[in-house]
Amino acid sequence: MPQNTNLSALLAQHEGDLLSEWLREQASSGSRTMRVLGEKDAREQSARLIAALRTGLASGGTESIDGSGWEQAREVLSGVSRDGAQTGLTPGETALFVLSLKRPLFALLRREAGGDADALGEDMWTTTMLLDRLAVYTTEVAQRTRDEIIQRQQAEMLELSTPVVKLWEGILALPLIGTLDSRRTQIVMESLLERIVETGADIAIIDITGVPTVDTLVAQHLIKTVNAARLMGTECIISGIRPQIAQTIVHLGVDLQGVVTKATLADAFALALAKSGRSVGNVAR
Amino acid sequence: MAEPEVIPIVAEADVVHVRQRVRARATELRFSLVDQTKMVTAASELARNALTYGGGGRAEIEVLASGMKRGLRVVFIDQGPGIPNIAEAMRDGFTTGNGLGLGLGGAKRLVNEFEIESIVGRGTRIAITRWV
Amino acid sequence: MERIPILKMGRFLLVTIQVDMDDRLADTLQNDLTSRIAQTGARGVLIDISSVDLVDSFIGRMLANVAAMARVLDAETVVVGMRPAVAITLVELGLSLPGIRTALNVDRGMMLLRQALGDSPDTDG
Repeated sequence: MPQNTNLSALLAQHEGDLLSEWLREQASSGSRTMRVLGEKDAREQSARLIAALRTGLASGGTESIDGSGWEQAREVLSGVSRDGAQTGLTPGETALFVLSLKRPLFALLRREAGGDADALGEDMWTTTMLLDRLAVYTTEVAQRTRDEIIQRQQAEMLELSTPVVKLWEGILALPLIGTLDSRRTQIVMESLLERIVETGADIAIIDITGVPTVDTLVAQHLIKTVNAARLMGTECIISGIRPQIAQTIVHLGVDLQGVVTKATLADAFALALAKSGRSVGNVAR
Repeated sequence: MAEPEVIPIVAEADVVHVRQRVRARATELRFSLVDQTKMVTAASELARNALTYGGGGRAEIEVLASGMKRGLRVVFIDQGPGIPNIAEAMRDGFTTGNGLGLGLGGAKRLVNEFEIESIVGRGTRIAITRWV
Repeated sequence: MERIPILKMGRFLLVTIQVDMDDRLADTLQNDLTSRIAQTGARGVLIDISSVDLVDSFIGRMLANVAAMARVLDAETVVVGMRPAVAITLVELGLSLPGIRTALNVDRGMMLLRQALGDSPDTDG
């Protein structure tokens, strides 16, 4: 479309000026992005975005930014979003970075329009739609990066909060504490099975003394884990079932399928020792 | 959207080939090991069904994107005799002939989405999807 | 034709599965094992699946069949080294592998076999 290649040519002609004006705009508006990234990086990213904008416009399509002509722009913006997310920029702030290009860009368009109001209107409409789309894209990437960071932190916290403990040679214990949701239970159980392989445990005790309530899904996960461990060659004992949880289990009609249960971790440990052919006795004085 | 990867299923070695390709694509999408294993196992069951009951067919592997979500879909298509009673076939423990169950109920539990269409005398189409 | 090797270790047979088995190979293994048990009078079979990253219903049933046939021939079967992802998937699939004992590794598998045969765990196989 001739109109867009004109825009592209326009950008090419005035790239330097546009960049300077944009940087001035960012600095004077107190853009968080500029402060967080630092002037040098902000300058670099801004220059790259203008160049990418030029490429995208030259490729012709402005209806969507999904095509290959806009890949460069998407890359630049992904970079800014990811760096921003790591350094604490909100998705909104990264979007504002993109949108702040509007003012200097419109000023440029007005200067070059030469009084043709219709053409100016078209150009401004095209560029505003474009920058809006790019801003939304930036927000989505930033959001996704934040989600990934949060997930990673959650996984780390999960690991720290549910240690698998070796009670004795061949006997592992997993003391669960706090409310269990389906997802957490799944993660914890998978890591228990991994630890079983690593330590070569014959018996694993899953202690739920510290768990206030259990729903059907969690109970099912527990049972699946016990069955999986059995398939691997390890026996499981579930200990610490509180009266309320016992009631819930019966009430929900969950079939424990022959899973061995003990009231306390201590009882479970004694059973585990017995099963592995050991006993605890007093030393003769 | 990229073209689906088509794998013919005409011999036993093709079942292994389907497993390997599904495993490779699942790895690219960075599925967790457990989710990968579930998907590949389901694919193995269905590929075998297409071969054994469907008289051969094909598997089509596609990467899906829905907003920010990414997923893997594998469609199994055969022009075999079809399944007369789908509900029964999905039931655990349902077997035909030599004691090997169709494994449909099990395969369904291993994936996030399970679609099945079957017309007696025309063939069967089963699509399984897992999201990352 | 490709065959999975079967090792004789005293009174036991050891099979280590390290390839992605197609149905034909699984069938061949089943037949080979049954023949070898009968031939050698082996009292125990250890199947090491620690390198196997997938067990579907066909392979699961192959293992169950081996165990059943072994028992008829007066031998115990132990499957060792099942990976967590495989175990979780089998449970979800609903396959329980009846009649198969399992152990974490070959050493424990051997101990289990010796115990099952009524020996002390340290007797050499």
